[in-house]
Amino acid sequence: MTHIEKFSYDNKIVRDFGIATVIWGIVGMLIGLLAAIQLYEPAANLGNPYTTFGRIRPLHTNAVIFAFVGNAIFMGIYYSLQRLCKARMFSDLLSKLHFWGWQLIIVAAAITLPLGMTSSHEYAELEWPIDIAITLIWVIFGWNMFGTILRRREKHLYVAIWFYIATFVTVAVLHLVNSFQLPISLFKSYYWYSGVQDALVQWWYGHNAVAFFLTTPFLGLMYYYLPKAANRPVYSYKLSILHFWTLIFIYIWAGPHHLLYSSLPNWAQSLGTAFSIMLIAPSWGGMINGLLTLRGAWDRVREDAILKFFVVAVTAYGMATLEGPLLSLKNVNAIAHFTDWIVAHVHVGALGWNGLMTFAMLYWLAPKIYNTKLYSMKLANTHFWLATLGIAFYAIPMYWSGWQQGQMWKDFGPDGYLVYPEFIKTTMSILPMHVMRSIGGTIYLTGVFVMAYNLYKTVKSGRLVANEAAEAAPLLNNENHGKEYWHRIIERKPTLMLVLSLIVIMIGGAVEMVPTFLIKSNVPTIAAVKPYTPLELEGRDLYIKEGCVGCHSQTVRPFRSETERYGEYSKAGEFVYDHPFLWGSKRTGPDLAREGTAKLFKQDSWHYYHLVKPSEMTQGSIMPPYPWLTTNTLNTSQTVSKIKAMRTLGVPYPKDYEKQALSDLKKQAEKIAANLKKEGVRNKDKSEVSPDVEVIALIAYLQRLGTDISKSETTNP
Amino acid sequence: MFKQFISGVEGMDQYLIFSMIVFLVFFAGVLIYVVRMTKEEIDILSNIPLNDKETDSHE
Repeated sequence: MTHIEKFSYDNKIVRDFGIATVIWGIVGMLIGLLAAIQLYEPAANLGNPYTTFGRIRPLHTNAVIFAFVGNAIFMGIYYSLQRLCKARMFSDLLSKLHFWGWQLIIVAAAITLPLGMTSSHEYAELEWPIDIAITLIWVIFGWNMFGTILRRREKHLYVAIWFYIATFVTVAVLHLVNSFQLPISLFKSYYWYSGVQDALVQWWYGHNAVAFFLTTPFLGLMYYYLPKAANRPVYSYKLSILHFWTLIFIYIWAGPHHLLYSSLPNWAQSLGTAFSIMLIAPSWGGMINGLLTLRGAWDRVREDAILKFFVVAVTAYGMATLEGPLLSLKNVNAIAHFTDWIVAHVHVGALGWNGLMTFAMLYWLAPKIYNTKLYSMKLANTHFWLATLGIAFYAIPMYWSGWQQGQMWKDFGPDGYLVYPEFIKTTMSILPMHVMRSIGGTIYLTGVFVMAYNLYKTVKSGRLVANEAAEAAPLLNNENHGKEYWHRIIERKPTLMLVLSLIVIMIGGAVEMVPTFLIKSNVPTIAAVKPYTPLELEGRDLYIKEGCVGCHSQTVRPFRSETERYGEYSKAGEFVYDHPFLWGSKRTGPDLAREGTAKLFKQDSWHYYHLVKPSEMTQGSIMPPYPWLTTNTLNTSQTVSKIKAMRTLGVPYPKDYEKQALSDLKKQAEKIAANLKKEGVRNKDKSEVSPDVEVIALIAYLQRLGTDISKSETTNP
Repeated sequence: MFKQFISGVEGMDQYLIFSMIVFLVFFAGVLIYVVRMTKEEIDILSNIPLNDKETDSHE
C-alpha cells in the first residue's frame, strides 16, 4: 500500500501570466492598430523616429508573438503541467524568475525597438544582450518544467506535455542558431552569416518560430483545455501521437518556402515546397482531432462562449495550415508573396488560432483559480462575435488587396509593356482595403476590452486560490515484478522525449543547411561584387535602423514582370557581403535591389527630397517622412570597428583598410554633398546640406544598390 | 511539375531522396508504435486531463 501525498498547485503564477497576457495583448494590438492606420495615413507616424512604421512594425510583431502569445503559453502550461503531472511546479523561485525575467525582456524590447536597435531578422529583431537574456530565461523555464515532470506523480506523460517539451527544445535550438552575431557595441551587432545563407537561417528560424512558438505549444494546450472545457477525452489519442511526431518532423524542413524564386539554390526551395505540402496531413489531423473531441457536445457549443472560441480557433488553425502549404506552391507564391495576402494569412493564424485559444483559456481559467463563476457569459458571447467579425473584417480586405496588387504588378498590356509601371498606382488602389483592415482590427480590439472588463469583474467576485490543495499517490520506483523494465522506460520518457525531439528537428535543419554552408558552388561568386564603402556601410546600418526592410524587399524574382519593372533578377553571389541579408518579406513600397542602376536611376537630390517628404516626390505615397535624417549627424565613432568586424566575418577589406576608412567616408560624403549643392538642394533653413548628416550615408547606400552586376555587364560584353 | 523540381536540382537530388526516405522510415515507425498500442493504454492516457479532482469542472 502506498500513502497518499498532500501538496498544492501554484495558481498565483498562472494568475500573473494571465494578467500579463491581457495587458500585453492590449498593448501589442494597439500598436498594430497604429501601424495599420499608418499604412493609409502617413501623418499617423506622428513625425518622430520612435513611432514611425519601420520601428513600430517589429514592436507590434514582437509584442503580439512574444508578449501576448508568449505569456498565454506560460499561463496555459503552468496550470496544465501541474495537473497533468499531479505535482506543484518544481520551484516557486524559478517560476517567479521566469515571470519577471520574461516581462523585463518585453520591456527591453519595447524600449530598444523604437530606438532603432534592431538586428533586422524578422521576429528576432532584438539585439544580442537581450538575446542572451532570452536564452537564460528560456533555460529557467525548461529547468522548471523538467523538474516538475521528473517529480510527477502521474506515471504517463500526456500528449500535451510532449508538445511542451518539443516547444522548449526547438525554440532553444532555433534561438541559438539564429543569434550568431558579432557584437560591435552594446546594442549593435552583425550576423555571422551573410546573404543567401543568412536568408536560409533566418527563414528556417522564422518559419519554425511560427511552428514551435505559435503552433506546438498551442496544440499542447488544445489537447488539455479542449477536453477539459468539453469534459470528454480527446477524440483519438492515437491520432494525437501521430499528429505530434509527424508535425514536429515535417515542420522543421519547410522554412525555404519563404524564399521561393529568390536566389536560394533550387533544390532547397523544392525541399521546402515538398515538406510544406506534406504538412497538411498532420495539421488537419490535429484540427479534426480537436473538432471531433466535441462530438456529442455540440448542443453546448450553442450556449457556451468558451467552446465557441475553441471551435473557431481550431477552424482558423485548419484554414491557416491549409493555406500555408498552398502558398508554398510556386505558382500561388508567385502571386501572393510580398503582398497583403501574406498579412491576411498570418492574421488568420494570430487572431484566429492564437487569439481565440488564448481568450478561451482565460475565460476558463479565471473562474477556476478564483473559485467563482464567470461574471457574464453574455459578455463573453459578445466578445466572441466581435472577435469573429473582427477577423473577417481584417482578413477579407487583406485577401482582396493582396490578390489585386499581386495581379497589378504582373499586368502586361497588349503592347507588351507593364500596365502599371508606376508602383504607386498599385498602392493607391488598395488603400480602401487598408482602411477596412484597421476597422476590422478595431472591432477585434474592442472585444479584447470587453473581455478585460468581464475578467476583472469575475476576479473581483472571487478570491485567488493561490495554493490549491491536491493529493495523489507517489510514483512507484521499486516494483519488483516482470513489468519493472517498462515502468523504468516510462519514467525515463521525458528525457527520452527531449532527446528524440531534438534528433528529429536536427535532421531537418541539417539537411537544409549543411549543404548550403559546405558546398561552395551553392553560392557562385561574382567578381564584380565588392564590399560596401564605409559610407555605404553606415548608410546600410541606417536602413536597418529605420526598418526600411519592413516595406522594401531587395530581391528581384526571375519574372518578366519584375525584370521589366526593376531590372536584372537577383543572383546569390550579389549578397555575399550582406551581413545581414535584407531581402525583406513585404513590398509595401517597390523593391530596391536595383535602386542604384541606370534603369531606375534617380539623382541624389531626388532621394534627398523623397526622404524628407515622400509624398512630394511621389504623389499619394504612404511612405513616412524622415526629416531627422537631414539634421542628425552621422555617428562615425564605430565605423572603424564595423570595418574590422566585417573583415572578421570574411568581407575582404584590404589589410589596414580601417585606417583610411574614415577619410574615404569623408571624401565620398563630400562628393554627395557637392552633388546635392549642384542640383540646388537646400535645407529647410536655406543652408547647404552638410556632408556629415545621416541622409548622405543613406543616399550613398541607395545609389550603390544593385550596381555591382551592371558593372560586370559592362566589363564583360 | 515534379519533373521541373528535379531538373532544377542540379545534382542535389540525393538530398531530396534522403529526406524522403528518412521521413518515410520515421513515419512507418510511429505508425507501427501507434497501431500496437492497446485500447486500455489509450483509455488511461486520454483520460489523464479529466482525472484530477475537478473533473466536473466548467459548467
